[in-house]
Amino acid sequence: LLDLDTQALSLHTTWNSFLLSLTDWATLRIERGVNKDLDSASEFEMSDIFYFARRGVESIMDDEVTKRFSAEELESWNLLTRSNNNFTYISLRLTVLWGLGLLIRYGFLLPLRVTLAFTGVGLLVFLTSVIGLLPNGRMKNFLSEKVHLMCYRICVRALTAIITYHDSENKPKNGGICVANHTSPIDVIILASDGCYAMVGQIHGGLMGVIQRSMVKACPHVWFERSEVKDRHLVAKRLSDHVQDKSKLPILIFPEGTCINNTSVMMFKKGSFEIGATVYPVAIKYDPRFGDAFWNSSKFGMVSYLLRMMSSWAIVCSVWYLPPMSREEGEDAVQFANRVKAAIARQGGLVDLLWDGGLKREKVKDTFKEEQQKLYSKMLVGTQEDRSRS
Amino acid sequence: MGSRASTLLREEEIEEIKKETGFSHSQITRLYSRFTSLDKGENGTLSREDFQRIPELAINPLGDRIINAFFPEGEDQVNFRGFMRTLAHFRPIEDNEKNKNPTASEPLNSRSNKLLFAFRLYDLDRDDKISRDELLQVLRMMVGVNISDEQLGSIADRTIQEADTNGDSCISFQEFIKVLEKVDVEQKMSIRFLH
Repeated sequence: LLDLDTQALSLHTTWNSFLLSLTDWATLRIERGVNKDLDSASEFEMSDIFYFARRGVESIMDDEVTKRFSAEELESWNLLTRSNNNFTYISLRLTVLWGLGLLIRYGFLLPLRVTLAFTGVGLLVFLTSVIGLLPNGRMKNFLSEKVHLMCYRICVRALTAIITYHDSENKPKNGGICVANHTSPIDVIILASDGCYAMVGQIHGGLMGVIQRSMVKACPHVWFERSEVKDRHLVAKRLSDHVQDKSKLPILIFPEGTCINNTSVMMFKKGSFEIGATVYPVAIKYDPRFGDAFWNSSKFGMVSYLLRMMSSWAIVCSVWYLPPMSREEGEDAVQFANRVKAAIARQGGLVDLLWDGGLKREKVKDTFKEEQQKLYSKMLVGTQEDRSRS
Repeated sequence: MGSRASTLLREEEIEEIKKETGFSHSQITRLYSRFTSLDKGENGTLSREDFQRIPELAINPLGDRIINAFFPEGEDQVNFRGFMRTLAHFRPIEDNEKNKNPTASEPLNSRSNKLLFAFRLYDLDRDDKISRDELLQVLRMMVGVNISDEQLGSIADRTIQEADTNGDSCISFQEFIKVLEKVDVEQKMSIRFLH
């Protein structure tokens, strides 16, 4: 209940602007009301409905949230029809250019990249299983690091990802938790090719599961069974056990819980911020001009998404390692999470939103509507109380 | 290919919508893009669920009434024309329109039509009268659980008393217009576009 209160009371873009405009309107009404008859029972006017109607229709025309769950619209055209929704036939020259681009991308780049991808993944599975046979010790950790890095770098080539790392002196250290904004599964490959992390996630079946099981042979990752994911205490315990062991690698977590389209950072789930370890924030920003990296999981499956990625021109992104942060005195997990989120949003040039990324699939909580109703009621009834006092 | 070829907007349609609603060409294409992004089923129409997926609308106390305004009597789907026709009510009134030919049909964003939109938000059963019961229901939507029935009842009674001139304990559209004659409807019920 407490964190609902915190959520409802925190300041953020849309919520704040709504409250501000509501209080402006309320002040105007109260000023008007003071000149009215003292007999009148309340301040309700039939025109009050205009305010709600206009806000409602404004949100229908454009809102801050739903557009975060679909790919960003580009101003310029990068010769990929998928980035431009208004694609129609315009001129012969443009079409020829596009056709040439198509040939290069699908005929040359794609097969090359797919081969590389298979090589990378295959090597990862094979080599980590081999290393798993070694006894635990420094040799094993050393080899495991080398193998992981090498395979992830092959995968980076497979996507032709051109990554610029900034501020590498802030790279996450053992016993810490690395948090980053989430745009696509490629985020993992991008971060893991520059440093070694312990991954966190649910065990999948199929190819993903094979990869996960062999990775954990070489060095400890935190994989959960599906049933364990629901148990928040279990999850928290395993994570905190991991960070307390200083010989284990830093954990990599994406607190948004879902992929967002890289124009904003949405609510961070507080779980990773309760553990008490040092948090190393990382901001990842993709350059949309070369290919949109956002994974719209309701539109594309993983395989078709990866194929789209591999047939783009390139994936260009910047990674900023931000200075480590810890929870301060008197700060609770939610406030700490918001502080980290604001830092990441600022660095990456993203909009900082308090809306939950879970709104991609779920409905918004009724408590927000109840807050609005409470505010309006206070306006109607509050002025009455002032009157009776005077 | 990436384009949704089956539902692209044709030039003639844009012209017709322009004539009917007064929106500019670029505004229409922008709103069409918005319409298609809301249309999750990709069948060229919006259902009530498509609107309710907008969080800012879902938390609006009158969200359901506003959504309802888009759907004609008894229908569950609204197409792009209907969508634009309803949005047109919120277009700002430009000065050059005020002096237009008085015999031409009234534009959708006239003061009278804006008031009619608001009136219909109150008039739940669409019988062109706002009864005490309907007013109470809408008030209840706006205040939630924070005001008692008695207080709300007295607010409703006072409002009807002030507005009702023909003594039928309901507010007709004419009475509604009279009550709001001093209110700057043009400004309160208009949304400015950026281009």
